[in-house]
Amino acid sequence: MQDYLTYSVYGSAILLMLIGLYAALVKKNLIKIVIGLSILDAGIHLLFVAVGYLNNATAPIFSETVLDKNVVMADPVPQALVLTAIVIGFGVTAVALALVVRLYRKHNTTNIDEIKNLKW
Amino acid sequence: MKKLIVITLLLILGFYLMSTFISVPFGAERIAGVKDYYLKQSPETLKVSNVVTAIVVSFRGFDTLGEVTVLFLASTALGSILYRRRTHHSGLNPQREAVVSSTLVRTGAKVLFPMIILLGAYVFVHGHLTPGGGFQGGAIIATGFLLILISYRKFFINHNVLTWVEALAGTTFVLIGIGGFIFANQNNFLENFLPEGTLNNLISGGVVGIIYIAVGFKVGAEITGILDTLLTIKEAGLNPDEN
Repeated sequence: MQDYLTYSVYGSAILLMLIGLYAALVKKNLIKIVIGLSILDAGIHLLFVAVGYLNNATAPIFSETVLDKNVVMADPVPQALVLTAIVIGFGVTAVALALVVRLYRKHNTTNIDEIKNLKW
Repeated sequence: MKKLIVITLLLILGFYLMSTFISVPFGAERIAGVKDYYLKQSPETLKVSNVVTAIVVSFRGFDTLGEVTVLFLASTALGSILYRRRTHHSGLNPQREAVVSSTLVRTGAKVLFPMIILLGAYVFVHGHLTPGGGFQGGAIIATGFLLILISYRKFFINHNVLTWVEALAGTTFVLIGIGGFIFANQNNFLENFLPEGTLNNLISGGVVGIIYIAVGFKVGAEITGILDTLLTIKEAGLNPDEN
């Protein structure tokens, strides 16, 4: 059971990261590249939160129902880091989309092959 | 050919990531000194029941100040990348204005909008007690404004008001931080200098709640501004001399 959880949770997070990277590397449409970066973000966040989880742990909040019992709590540090990372990811996505809009205005296309010097 | 190279590279990357993370069993107890410190200090000395909030706003408050700055930079960059000529008309996209949304959408938006704002305010006011906080509450408020923006095409958001809300909230954050220099026990930046109160009360945690309310206003104003900028851009070809 434990092995199964280890493989499935980390595996799905890493799979999400790989899907995102694949989209960012292979796709021709700029919007799809931005979506790929967002999926990569989501995979990294999932991996972070998964590393901070403990078996049978509650959320790290000392509400009244939890206060006097001796409960295990999940690691709050990765959660705080992911909170930061989500906000930064939002900013990155917004600026990337704005650049896409600018490129579309200039070249009248979002296909990266038609814009010189942008694709490998 | 290119796809093949990419897939090979990704498989190698995935294999090494996976083989690294297998040695970290999911959910098993491991040595984490920082975690124990935070879980002990947060309810006892700081009187903040949500430990994530305590880390984000108090222990790592300086990081959050940087994070808020990044958001501010993102919204500023958006404004400068997607600039428009100043027009006498309120600056709305005429194409956007021409499309009218249905009565159902408009009535639904009218009913939902105050509730969404209320939920957002609840989430950031209770940031130190329940899951959520300034960033989440601000995002919820921005979704309310997005609903209004897509259902009422002539709805106009005054960016001066947004700028003032942002500026005041940011100044509050920094002033509270500087207040830590002057009034707190150890004279540290962003240190708590207000009475802590009792755990699980609305007024508890000293400066944490106030900072998160300021962050909520700031994030709400910034995301609303970003959404408004992205929604009101003119289509290419509509005005060719603009490029």
